[in-house]
Amino acid sequence: MDPIAKSLKSTSVSAKIERRGKLITQLCTMVIVLLVIAIFAFIASKGVAIFGQDHGSVLDFFTKTTWNPDKQDAYHRPLIGALPMIVGSFAVTLLSVIVATPFALAAAIFMVEISPKSGKKFLQPVIELLVGIPSVVYGFIGLVVIVPSVQKIAGGSGFGILAGSLVLFVMILPTITSMSVDALKAVPRYYREASLALGATRWQTTYKVVLRAGAPGIMTAVIFGMSRAFGEALAVQMVIGNAILMPTNLASPATTLTSILTMNVGNTIMGTTANNALWTLALLLLLMSLIFNIIIKYLAKRGELK
Amino acid sequence: MNPKRTDKIATTIIYVMATTIVVILIALLLYIFFAGIKTINWHFLTGAAKSFQAGGGIGAQLFNSLYLLVLSMLISLPLALGIAIYLSEYASAQKVAALIRSMIEVLSSLPSIVVGLFGFLVFVINFHLQFSILSGALTLTIFNLPLLVRGIEDALQTVSNSQREAGLALGLSKWETVTHVIIPECLPGIITGVILAAGRVFGEAAALIYTAGQSAPPLNFSNWNILSLTSPLNPFRPAETLAVHIWKVNSEGLIPDATAVSAGSSLVLVVVVLIFNILARYLGNKLYKRLTGE
Repeated sequence: MDPIAKSLKSTSVSAKIERRGKLITQLCTMVIVLLVIAIFAFIASKGVAIFGQDHGSVLDFFTKTTWNPDKQDAYHRPLIGALPMIVGSFAVTLLSVIVATPFALAAAIFMVEISPKSGKKFLQPVIELLVGIPSVVYGFIGLVVIVPSVQKIAGGSGFGILAGSLVLFVMILPTITSMSVDALKAVPRYYREASLALGATRWQTTYKVVLRAGAPGIMTAVIFGMSRAFGEALAVQMVIGNAILMPTNLASPATTLTSILTMNVGNTIMGTTANNALWTLALLLLLMSLIFNIIIKYLAKRGELK
Repeated sequence: MNPKRTDKIATTIIYVMATTIVVILIALLLYIFFAGIKTINWHFLTGAAKSFQAGGGIGAQLFNSLYLLVLSMLISLPLALGIAIYLSEYASAQKVAALIRSMIEVLSSLPSIVVGLFGFLVFVINFHLQFSILSGALTLTIFNLPLLVRGIEDALQTVSNSQREAGLALGLSKWETVTHVIIPECLPGIITGVILAAGRVFGEAAALIYTAGQSAPPLNFSNWNILSLTSPLNPFRPAETLAVHIWKVNSEGLIPDATAVSAGSSLVLVVVVLIFNILARYLGNKLYKRLTGE
């Protein structure tokens, strides 16, 4: 063949590099997709084993309060009542979010509506730094500062849901604040101008216009904080007392899904009933984080439509 | 009540609450600083940890944390670069890109203990890697990837489209445009993303308890035989990191000075994270100056 025709018809070096480059990026993306699928597949298959091979009852898991997977009840089913952990997890999550949200909103309003200058100067750097503080450090502070204070005020050992919620409050406060700031900043300036032009005061504008327009974003921030609080392991485990009991009051030792996992995975043998029961807790955590994710997605979509 | 008074009251309440937050947060930082500074000295930073007596150091743990961070970055950085380039430059089908993005979001919202358990199941048990730095680094990669991908993708997006068009107009292929034009342009942004992720990973403990292990065999820093158990570079030895150390001394309570050791370790962790943040901010400003020509 004519060498010129040949060089024109064959793939150029550049095209080959291009094809190779694209292939590399596609392979990398494939890895992360497979990873996500693998995480769900592995944990789901381990998590349902207790209901299959060990004949556990799903109803017991969500409603009974005795957690002792090595022992069996009258029907030869393992005692896997996970209600204390589930209640504990939801209690610390909800309490911390209920306390943190007003504070986070106040800080966000301060930074966006009232005093952007000093907000940027003082609040912003402190909040950014606090987002980065490792969770064990929060746990340690909880152990040496919060637990003794709770003990002084509420009596008992000090370990319990109250201490856990307070630690989580400090942990999720920066997260909710910085996301709420973004939500408020996204509200167009002319909304405020229109409201002020109608004679509304700053608070009326904030409360009736800005907060409502930013509501989907603020909800996203709150759910994000909840998801972080629900999945937090070590900081909570260090201050909650780790007793698998239904919490009777805010200062009695309790436990959460994550704490039980942290404490016990190392003490059980792979494949035993006790171990399988723990994987079911992990599966529950995984599903909860998926649910939080779906809610955030839904809120984001609703925010877009407006 | 008249609206003006309501406005005054609401403003005051918000001032009070915002001040409360600042006070809590500053008290927290000061506490970490003053509780930790008493313990910190050269011996504490470099000495070996003790199992039962007081006076142990955190030398091995500090090294393990850094080594683990470097190893996991070596694994995750190329992967994250590839994924970010694919999502930002190649993914043409919107639906596919959206699906991959939501998968990455799911990955980033997984509780770290769940990631740790997955690492335990797959790397420690199925791959027979035992409790080792390598298992830990692979698990941290899972934790690290979403953070890195998001950071790098944001950086790639800051480059204006005219740069891409200019590259293509010169006859470069897309890949060449990315590697020769776009990445050099947003390199400070990419490095900022990497450093921020490094700060998060450095303090991670829940994912490492069951992967990198909870014991730190004494290290001999003159031993360069990579397969020896006392060699600091051996990736198959169990390695307790600084964050795990804080958790362990508090939950086991075997050493009498657990509080002092954790206070010192906490301060070291926070200072390292602070350094990472300042570095990231400095590089981010540099990128801003370069892009805006200030």
